Amino acid sequence: MSQAGYNFAYLDEHTKRMIRRALLKAVAIPGYQVPFGSREMPLPYGWGTGGIQVTAAIIGRDDVLKVIDQGSDDTTNAVNIRSFFARVAGVATTERTREATLIQTRHRIPETPLAAGQVIVFQVPIPEPLRWLEPRETETRSLHALADYGLMNVKLYEDIVRHGRIATTYDYPVEVNGRYLMRPSPIPKFDNPKMHRNPALQLFGAGREKRVYAVPPWTDVRSLDFEDHPFAIERWDHACGLCGASDSYLDELITDDAGTRLHVCSDTEYCAARRAAGHQGDAP
Amino acid sequence: MSPDALMSVRQLSAAYGRQLACREISFELYPGEVICLVGESGSGKSTLLNTLAHRHRPASGEVIYRHARLGPVSLGALDEARLRELWRTDWGFVRQNPRDGLRMRISAGGNIGERLMALGERHYGRLRETAVEWLRLVEIDPQRIDDRPDTFSGGMQQRLQIARNLVTRPRLVFMDEPTSGLDVSVQARFLDLLRRLVAEMGLSVVLVTHDLGVARLLGHRILVMKEGQIVEQGLTDQVLDDPQHPYTQLLVTSVLAA
Repeated sequence: MSQAGYNFAYLDEHTKRMIRRALLKAVAIPGYQVPFGSREMPLPYGWGTGGIQVTAAIIGRDDVLKVIDQGSDDTTNAVNIRSFFARVAGVATTERTREATLIQTRHRIPETPLAAGQVIVFQVPIPEPLRWLEPRETETRSLHALADYGLMNVKLYEDIVRHGRIATTYDYPVEVNGRYLMRPSPIPKFDNPKMHRNPALQLFGAGREKRVYAVPPWTDVRSLDFEDHPFAIERWDHACGLCGASDSYLDELITDDAGTRLHVCSDTEYCAARRAAGHQGDAP
Repeated sequence: MSPDALMSVRQLSAAYGRQLACREISFELYPGEVICLVGESGSGKSTLLNTLAHRHRPASGEVIYRHARLGPVSLGALDEARLRELWRTDWGFVRQNPRDGLRMRISAGGNIGERLMALGERHYGRLRETAVEWLRLVEIDPQRIDDRPDTFSGGMQQRLQIARNLVTRPRLVFMDEPTSGLDVSVQARFLDLLRRLVAEMGLSVVLVTHDLGVARLLGHRILVMKEGQIVEQGLTDQVLDDPQHPYTQLLVTSVLAA
């Protein structure tokens, strides 16, 4: 179980309580960024200190934890965070989306639809959607308070001017519950529609910026757009080379020095489950 | 407030900490009227302008504005949301330095469209049409719609600022020395344009300038400021041709004749 000198799930109970109070407020006001007293964690900023604190605050002994990084269960970041919680909380871990009660993620939402009762925790680098347009925190807070969000569309307008279409492909701004403008963290815009009326609770933690926010289950999440340039997700001309899926987010790999390309599911667990069920792609 | 005034300023004072920058200013502004605030540097002109628009909160006194929907309101009593709505719909604010009034990293079209998008316009095609129309009105080649303002000349930047402000057809525009960064020939063209737009749109303008030539050309009335107070006011020609206050006399005689 937990080691001597360590509390269950690493953080002390006072800190967890403080984070839970912030999370309750976040759930009560969907999309609103709630400040919290972010702690030093045993990993650098940018590696998921926000997500890991949120996970630590809400994880229980009966939880089953899944950690993904860019859709993959076996990258350094995912493996380390998973083994961290296995050590400090002694909880069961899994790679299967369906079996997990708690999923911490960086940059993706799993392809397997989430179910009611599940919680997904996003690692967030920059929580403020208006940050690159308005550097003053006092001003962005006023803009949120007054729901004064025209500025965000100015950015999308500039995208169309320069690229002929809305070229923002990840961290695509959304409006939550018809009120707050929110950064969904750097997930591809492919995943934006999954946030809309999702039965799972979605929590967001930004460690360096000391903010948490949330999208409660079944909440409306709308991606910003223009009437004549509507929001659209990425499409590929390929199916997954390994499992043949044509409905998943694909990574493009170069497999040899001759530049041979292979498109594979970014969600490794989804891909493996499909192959185990007998699906096959056309990769040699 | 007299029944046809657009704005009524009563005993308005502004301060920075304990330092009073404007003392007990009172005047009324009528629809379609251009009032010029003249005076030397540090006389409180810009502070008065910012205080009129309530970007700087007054220390005492009040400004009554005839709101399009609410009727006459004291600006101090409006909440932040209502004030911001005024700032970006019913009012314009043209700055001396276009870098303060424009988004330099956003294209000309985006600059013109910003107010419209803030008001909820979400149709790219219509935003473009409006931007082209306004570029024509301020005599900028519509081909430049996708260029950033930092590639524009100073005169073009000032005209773009005008377009960006007038796109919502405001009733009142505040201008803080809009011509002082421009050379004389560009200034003349800019003033011509401004005079035409002000007349066509029936704009009320409060314009800060230290250039009496600009005041003579545009202003219907003139307020002369010194040390935070209005020392003389009246019709432009009257004040400039027959100055009464010693400071105004000094100001008028200091103009270099070409």
